[in-house]
Amino acid sequence: MESSQHRGASPETQKTVRINIYRGDAEGGEFVEYDVPLVEGMVVLDAVLYVQAHISPDLAVRWNCKAAHCGSCGGEVNGRPKLLCKTRVDDYEGEEIRVSPMRAFPLIKDLVTDVSWNYEVARSIPEFKPAEKAPFTMYEEDVERLYEPKRCIECFLCQDVCHVLRSHHKHPAFAGPRFFAKIQSLEMHPMDTGHRTEYLKEGRGGIGFCNITKCCTEVCPEHINITDNSIIPLKERVVGDYYDPAKWLMRKIRGRRNGE
Amino acid sequence: MERHDTVEHDILVIGAGGAGLRAAIEAAERGLSVGIVCKSLLGKAHTIMAEGGIAAAMGNVDPDDSWETHFKDTMKSGKFINNWRMAEIFAKEAPDRVYELEEWGGLFDRTPDGRIMQRPFGAHTYRRLCHVGDRTGLELIRTLQDKVLHTGAEVYMETTITRLLKDGERVVGALGYVRETGRFVHFKAPAVIMATGGWGRIYKVTSNSWEGTGDGVILAYEAGAELVDMEMVQFHPTGMVWPPGVRGILVTEGVRGEGGILKNSRGERYMERYDPEKMELSSRDVVARANYTEVEQGRGSEHGGVYLDITHLGPEKIKKKLPTMYEQFLKLADVDITREPMEVYPTIHYTMGGVRVEAETGATTVPGLFAAGEVAGGLHGANRLGGNSLSDLLVFGRRAGIGASEYVKANGYSLEVDEDQIRQEKERVLRPFENPEGGESPYAIQSELQEIMQEHASIMRTEESLREGLEKVRALKERAPGVRIEGSRMYNPGWHTALDIHFMLQVSEIILMSALERREQRGAQWRLDHEGLDEELGKVNFVARKGSDGEVEITTREIEPMPEHLSRLFEED
Ligand SMILES: Cc1cc2nc3c(=O)[nH]c(=O)nc-3n(C[C@H](O)[C@H](O)[C@H](O)COP(=O)(O)OP(=O)(O)OC[C@H]3O[C@@H](n4cnc5c(N)ncnc54)[C@H](O)[C@@H]3O)c2cc1C
Ligand code: SF4
Ligand code: SF4
Ligand code: FES
Repeated sequence: MESSQHRGASPETQKTVRINIYRGDAEGGEFVEYDVPLVEGMVVLDAVLYVQAHISPDLAVRWNCKAAHCGSCGGEVNGRPKLLCKTRVDDYEGEEIRVSPMRAFPLIKDLVTDVSWNYEVARSIPEFKPAEKAPFTMYEEDVERLYEPKRCIECFLCQDVCHVLRSHHKHPAFAGPRFFAKIQSLEMHPMDTGHRTEYLKEGRGGIGFCNITKCCTEVCPEHINITDNSIIPLKERVVGDYYDPAKWLMRKIRGRRNGE
Repeated sequence: MERHDTVEHDILVIGAGGAGLRAAIEAAERGLSVGIVCKSLLGKAHTIMAEGGIAAAMGNVDPDDSWETHFKDTMKSGKFINNWRMAEIFAKEAPDRVYELEEWGGLFDRTPDGRIMQRPFGAHTYRRLCHVGDRTGLELIRTLQDKVLHTGAEVYMETTITRLLKDGERVVGALGYVRETGRFVHFKAPAVIMATGGWGRIYKVTSNSWEGTGDGVILAYEAGAELVDMEMVQFHPTGMVWPPGVRGILVTEGVRGEGGILKNSRGERYMERYDPEKMELSSRDVVARANYTEVEQGRGSEHGGVYLDITHLGPEKIKKKLPTMYEQFLKLADVDITREPMEVYPTIHYTMGGVRVEAETGATTVPGLFAAGEVAGGLHGANRLGGNSLSDLLVFGRRAGIGASEYVKANGYSLEVDEDQIRQEKERVLRPFENPEGGESPYAIQSELQEIMQEHASIMRTEESLREGLEKVRALKERAPGVRIEGSRMYNPGWHTALDIHFMLQVSEIILMSALERREQRGAQWRLDHEGLDEELGKVNFVARKGSDGEVEITTREIEPMPEHLSRLFEED
């Protein structure tokens, strides 16, 4: 493990910023302190990459776009889920900065966690089933509400903050807010004929575990109002499908689908 | 010997960007067993960063548009060294590929009559770019990713291929390692599709992510494949300038497509002097040189760029059409683009050159090896049009998927490779751990290379400077095998970088050598010591291959004349 005194101030900027980065793996670890040169407009990821390039080359972190487009760099800053490339160092003036990995997923090393579970969930969601062949005729007003959930960059910060996963570890039975946004975008697509209410209620979706705390909405860097615009409408849809007698009958006739 | 895991597929796709995913879907739907390998997580490839849109001549907004016009725009912008057969197939098939995305759940902005909306873009005659705000790449990759997850294809995330394996002349698999554990994997497959994207990362100021290190193009080169037009590297006219941490990050051409105006520090709309007709929507090479020249001649902005102003569109429209740009500038640069102009400067963006392929099948010059997407060369010639990459990925990704599937079905080869290939490669890959202490850091070599390329293989080039750059790169190539890595093989970015620089250095050498050969000003290749286009050079592509002595060999290859049905199109103008 690195010692805690690391300097790297370049001649032109004498100012440095101190950043504490979690170093460790599944076996355990600790925060290590680094001093890096402060550059105007710097984000936390810049500081982490500085450490990687100049002090500790084996520091593990994920990133791709550095512009908040790809959702690779999710982590926690002072315990709050954040995109490291979108979190400005100067937002923490006078405060300590502690950078750590997402807590809802198993740690691989340093800031990198095993998020493969999310891809399993994605695979389990009944896919888009078009009513007809493209080109579709769809008007702006028909699709408007789809743009919001489709902004999702799969940073998994909402999954990280959700207590159902973070504290209660319901991973096998709960899809999580990211995938409620996804399911909403599928369910409300005017040309989709797929059915996902059973998946949500009885299958892996597990939407019943959500008690609308809105924490997911608060951390979403894409400002997707997951709770109000995805989860609540889906919950209503589940209720409608299950407790409307005609729909209930339809469901019985159709039988369970998608192998749940 | 160091052990490894072995997996077997009918087709191995290297790369999970738009091209790789589209190829994989095609092959999987044809019933083949497909493995997809990528260096990052699924859905994080470069393609996700594409903003502006996807070009396809559907004529939803301008009914006069047609494949013929798209073909002509593509050839003209590529300064006629493009592979015209690729350009023809491309222009004809792009609309179907976009509609196919729509059928798979992809969503695009709509026209008032309920069809896919199309926006104008540089040097496209008509409004042609299908888009969804400024996050078209995200929609494209997510749609393909969902589709792939629902096929039987196996995805090996965060796994890096370091070498193709051959049985005689044929490629029959690849060796890679899992980034998490450092464990080796031998992928056995009778056909391999290379879809690894470009190599912008060899420069200092680039819009590309860490992944763009040119692995695939060099893997193919080392396996004996021919590369074309390697001197052609695209400078996008508008990258971010300030703050330093975001220098080079892309400002989508969509800003100009939506009416953005370029101005210098004197407030002049200088594009009037460079291309009075197309103005801001001139082709990328022209606008990039204009921006560069304004700054060189002392008319630059505070932080050494030029101004790009979209304020006249009004806050509401800006937030609807360019939400990502709005957010990006607000958060990262403290600039509210609905109220003030952006500062922009050219950034290295795209690589037109690449592996030479057959237009119909994506087959390279090596049996068993196919290529598609940015890693392949030929379609874009000397300059790529905005929006033409995303449709390239889909059209040729699909075709490579078909080409490889048919190749596999027609051939029953052994997948055995001689163990020596594997052993040597493992030794090479592990060498940074064994090198004596005190060896150089791979990050130092990488950043030195980026400085060299930025200086010597830049937007304007001269014989002298290219030669100097070549010498420096070769010197660096000597030093690179001595880099030393500390720590374990578990998720060790320093080690990963040590392996990347091998590819980066080799591709840089090839670019410099090709740029030395093309003594003219054509598209992205702008030689200050040779004025204008050279008609003779317009009839050839420069081809790079690994010579029998192991060194780079550059030759010329005549471009076949266009057939009548295509050449006729240009006479009508
Ligand atoms: C910021 C930005 C904006 C853009 N905007 C547009 C636009 O609006 N319109 C447009 O048409 N084009 C645009 N482009 C260009 C376009 O996005 C790219 O050219 C295109 O996405 C490349 O796709 P690809 O499938 O060839 O490769 P990529 O998407 O780059 O994917 C490459 C894949 O290969 C994998 N890989 C690489 N090396 C290895 C290895 N050694 N082993 C295993 N896997 C490997 C990577 O992990 C990745 O999965 C833009 C590019 C950028 C950078
Ligand atoms: S609102 Fe529901 S999904 Fe979101 S964090 Fe709270 S419990 Fe989790
Ligand atoms: S919904 Fe928001 S927080 Fe959740 S994964 Fe998507 S972008 Fe991230
Ligand atoms: S690096 Fe892409 S979101 Fe941060």
